[in-house]
Amino acid sequence: MTYFHSVTLDARKCHGCTNCIDHCPTEAIRVRRGKAKIIKQRCIDCGECIRVCQSHAKIVAADDFSMLDNFKYNIAMPAPSFYSQFRCEISVNRILNAFIKIGFDDVFEVARGAEYISAATRELIASGNIKKPVISSACPAVLRLMRERFPGLLGNVLSLVSPMEAAAMLAREEARKKTGLCDEEIGVFFISPCPAKVTSIKSPLTLEKSNVSGAISVKDAFAKIRPIIDDIEDELPLAVSGYEGIFWARSGGECKGSGVEDYIAVDGINNVLQVLEEIEYGKVNNVEFIELSACTSGCSGGPLNIVNPFIASRRIAQQSKKRSNVSEPKIADVERFSWKKPVEGRKHSGLDDDLEKAMQKMELMDELYERLPKLDCGSCGAPSCKALAEDIVRGFASENDCIFIMREQVKKLAKELYELNESFDASAK
Amino acid sequence: MIKKYDISGEDFSLAGEASSNFKSVLKRLGISTEIVRRVSIAMYEAEINTIIHGGGGECEAEIKSNAISVTFRDNGPGIANLELAMQEGYSTASEKIRELGFGAGMGLPNIKKYTDDMLIDTAPGKGTTLTLIINL
Repeated sequence: MTYFHSVTLDARKCHGCTNCIDHCPTEAIRVRRGKAKIIKQRCIDCGECIRVCQSHAKIVAADDFSMLDNFKYNIAMPAPSFYSQFRCEISVNRILNAFIKIGFDDVFEVARGAEYISAATRELIASGNIKKPVISSACPAVLRLMRERFPGLLGNVLSLVSPMEAAAMLAREEARKKTGLCDEEIGVFFISPCPAKVTSIKSPLTLEKSNVSGAISVKDAFAKIRPIIDDIEDELPLAVSGYEGIFWARSGGECKGSGVEDYIAVDGINNVLQVLEEIEYGKVNNVEFIELSACTSGCSGGPLNIVNPFIASRRIAQQSKKRSNVSEPKIADVERFSWKKPVEGRKHSGLDDDLEKAMQKMELMDELYERLPKLDCGSCGAPSCKALAEDIVRGFASENDCIFIMREQVKKLAKELYELNESFDASAK
Repeated sequence: MIKKYDISGEDFSLAGEASSNFKSVLKRLGISTEIVRRVSIAMYEAEINTIIHGGGGECEAEIKSNAISVTFRDNGPGIANLELAMQEGYSTASEKIRELGFGAGMGLPNIKKYTDDMLIDTAPGKGTTLTLIINL
């Protein structure tokens, strides 16, 4: 099994501190030999480590603008959350025009794709042909989390592609008609607020191949647009999305679009984990729709964004309100926007394939844990004493990685040396 | 392998701790998702019962090569009418408990639904011992 991850480490910048291991929701990072190491099987590319790394050593393998040279016709697809990176006085239309100024031939709003997905969601829920509670699939970090940790709930997941993929499909169709070019000549670039979206383009879970050609980080796009945004004259009429699509950038936006009255909108990866546990227990059976966003405030809180999630979220409310009467009704095309392949849960190996042996290892793990200081200090490079005990049993670490155990050993050794020396002295007399 | 948990009868914020802890044990042991789900649901219901009806107690969870059995023991008032208690929607929980979102009368029926076997030893004044078994 190969794992592609967009979150990687710049080892030169990593100081080997414990910030990232403390904040990783899937305990996917260890510090080994003074550098952070990502355990590929566990990472879901949520980007929490990017947020907390003070050395900026966690980076995203996004694409750069030179990739536009590979295509004859380039379309920028900003996520609706991108609008929140600018003051509210700057209109969506102006932001879209800025993409033309920096070298794109056209723009296609992901918010438009979101409106199509909302229409298809309403259709699918109305058909009754879907298991409840319906769990949204728009956040790719959550989808990966479910595949790893909650495979039993995959049957409840809304099997529609993300607004980004829907937008890319529509953008390509429009561009083919307009230019007469073929798909290989058309570049479709997503302006991404998060690493999970980048991963979902490079290694999609629900399609054989993504319709998006590349992902440009919000940070990189912002750096190009910020200096020119105030000087744009002769704006072309480019903005077409409305309230519903833009509101998707906030937590709760997808719920609103689902047309369902009884819903839960969960944001922040730790809240998502807790609610998924509750669903797994069968405690949230009566709710119709559950939206799960790994980031606080939804996509407007994406780790590649610049503006604070709450300020960004307010801006989304303002921007969407300004466009409340513009959007045309969208055709619900469930067939077109359905997943092209199912997401299958990953079978995780326990401590051992053999249950008896796994239980022996578990007992060993408990014994080890009792000897550890239970401070969860992270000095050993694991996020908690429990995680270290598991790592030792799995053969990835040793007891001496714990500095408290190490200190005890040194003390014991010093005492032995002292006693040995004393015995020499005694025999010399 | 046996895991033991104390179940406090006073603190509702701790409700579900034993089942959540045992769930992660089962996941680490590589037990299939479906079995883990069934054990967790049944165990959670039994844990809540031990708190709201039994006033707390103890839980002993055993994993054997062919089955998982979990026993909850409390010194509460016992179940007066087991037949009624097994009916969906029947509950003796107080209004206060219901306000907290518990006591819907689905506890025992749900435990039965998700397990392969369920043994109850109870009598008024004697407390309740419930064992749930899920075959592997």
